[in-house]
Amino acid sequence: MTAPAKNPRRIIRDIAHARAGDKGNTSNINVWVYDPADFDLLKRVLTAERIKEAFPALIRGPVQRYVIEHLHGLNFVMQSALEGGVNSSLNLDSHGKSFSYLILGLPIEDAASAP
Amino acid sequence: MYSPVFRIGTGAGFSSDRLDPAVDLVREGALDVLVLECLGERTVAFAHRDRLADPTRGYNAHLERRMQALLPAAFAAGTTIITNMGAANPRAAAERTLAIARKLGLKGLKVACIEGDDVSRIVSLDQPLMDEPGTLADFQMPVVGMNAYLGADAIIPALEAGANVIIGGRLADPSMFLSPLMHHFGWKTTETARLGAGTLVGHLMECGMQVTGGYFADPGVKDVPDLARCGYPIAEVREDGSATITKLTSAGGCVTTATVKEQLLYEVHDPARYLTPDVTADFSRVEIAADGDNRVRVSNAGGAARPQTLKVTVGFDAGFHGEAGVSYAGPSAQDRGRLAADIVNERLRKAHGIKAEVRIDLIGVSSLFATAGSPPTGTQDARLHVALRSRARDEVETMLWEVESLLCCGPAGGGGYRGQITPCVETKSVLIDRERVKPTFEMFVA
Repeated sequence: MTAPAKNPRRIIRDIAHARAGDKGNTSNINVWVYDPADFDLLKRVLTAERIKEAFPALIRGPVQRYVIEHLHGLNFVMQSALEGGVNSSLNLDSHGKSFSYLILGLPIEDAASAP
Repeated sequence: MYSPVFRIGTGAGFSSDRLDPAVDLVREGALDVLVLECLGERTVAFAHRDRLADPTRGYNAHLERRMQALLPAAFAAGTTIITNMGAANPRAAAERTLAIARKLGLKGLKVACIEGDDVSRIVSLDQPLMDEPGTLADFQMPVVGMNAYLGADAIIPALEAGANVIIGGRLADPSMFLSPLMHHFGWKTTETARLGAGTLVGHLMECGMQVTGGYFADPGVKDVPDLARCGYPIAEVREDGSATITKLTSAGGCVTTATVKEQLLYEVHDPARYLTPDVTADFSRVEIAADGDNRVRVSNAGGAARPQTLKVTVGFDAGFHGEAGVSYAGPSAQDRGRLAADIVNERLRKAHGIKAEVRIDLIGVSSLFATAGSPPTGTQDARLHVALRSRARDEVETMLWEVESLLCCGPAGGGGYRGQITPCVETKSVLIDRERVKPTFEMFVA
């Protein structure tokens, strides 16, 4: 029997907050759960592989994930992920400041369905 | 003079940051030091362009207004100002500041000018790039400037000489906060844990309001009180390097464990290895704890020996960046916007033979997340946005002309044309042995 979902939580934004920063063509996005009880779920759902696979045209290089266990946060470092970076990107947002919301917009359920 | 708690405030976290909250902070914050961090990699390159055009310029465009507003209150309160507003021309910035101090009657005010970050005579173009293959010579673009990141060791002599205002160019952001802490508490360059702690303070503070509620608010999940009146941060630092981040009670914004956590890893890659000219800082075991209303205590930063090299930012003149747009609204706005995009693309390629990369977005439909892939929207308000970068200004002008011509020659109901051309710089990083960089300071007295 499958237990009914406790909350209709849909996207990462429902359990976590995030901030994006840039260095050259490398983007880093740190992600923090509001409730420490959700940290295991976040770690399970937000893997480096998932992020790389979600945005293949944007993230051209490797993605590395750092886990800050005691503060319940993740830091993703994504190389070649800023369309050239602030020097050469023609994106209106050439720093990728808005890209934290790419991660916050990812659905939780996809990867979390497995126990 | 010695106090067990040293109070540092931030009065700017980037080149165009607000001024009035900085004035409030100096008046009400009982600060030992106010830091104005106003330089990014591109900011310094643009400043070099300004200086090449006019040798008396090349410093922060808001320097005069900032000094006019801050100097009287800071001098009266005994608050030392440390800033990298000198950008590509610290000497001119110091001279301007001195003239303003004299005009304000601030007799005896001491302005220190730090130089030596300009390494354009030391670094050769065959230098390999820091984090990618190739050398500086590969770019075939005119170099506008080369600046080494100076650390606390460049700033401390000016503090020891009793400067009221310290102005430099490429002073590393966290070093402007760490240096007065080393000077006040007597931390040695071998006390790497203390240097890591002071660097953490600098890192949390250097972006100004990004730790007091700026770049944070998300209505419904992360509400920030009174954001329009957001205050700059204050760090109360103790001898052991631990600190409390707070703000004026009269100011808007908030300091919470969440605002501090987001800033902790802002532009940080490996949290255990954050490189500055002063230390290899370790933020991976930092403790963050609420310590009262709008007060957050941070502790347990670590550090290891500083790198033997300094990072150098090299700026190139990369030509021009053009942007132009036209809007479509109502039923079929998206279809008309897409048709306009196709027309511009065909015209630029076939009628004008432009080969440079052109980016065309439909704002309201898909723009910032276009490459990442955004879901379609049902908007009836779509704006064509065309961007092009080129060494040749006439190519950029042609693009603007083409977009404007859509008003008569494009799809139905297009309006609201705007277009602009801005100068363009490119920056690359190289490393230099720190022994080759010799910072100096000169004191001017009002």
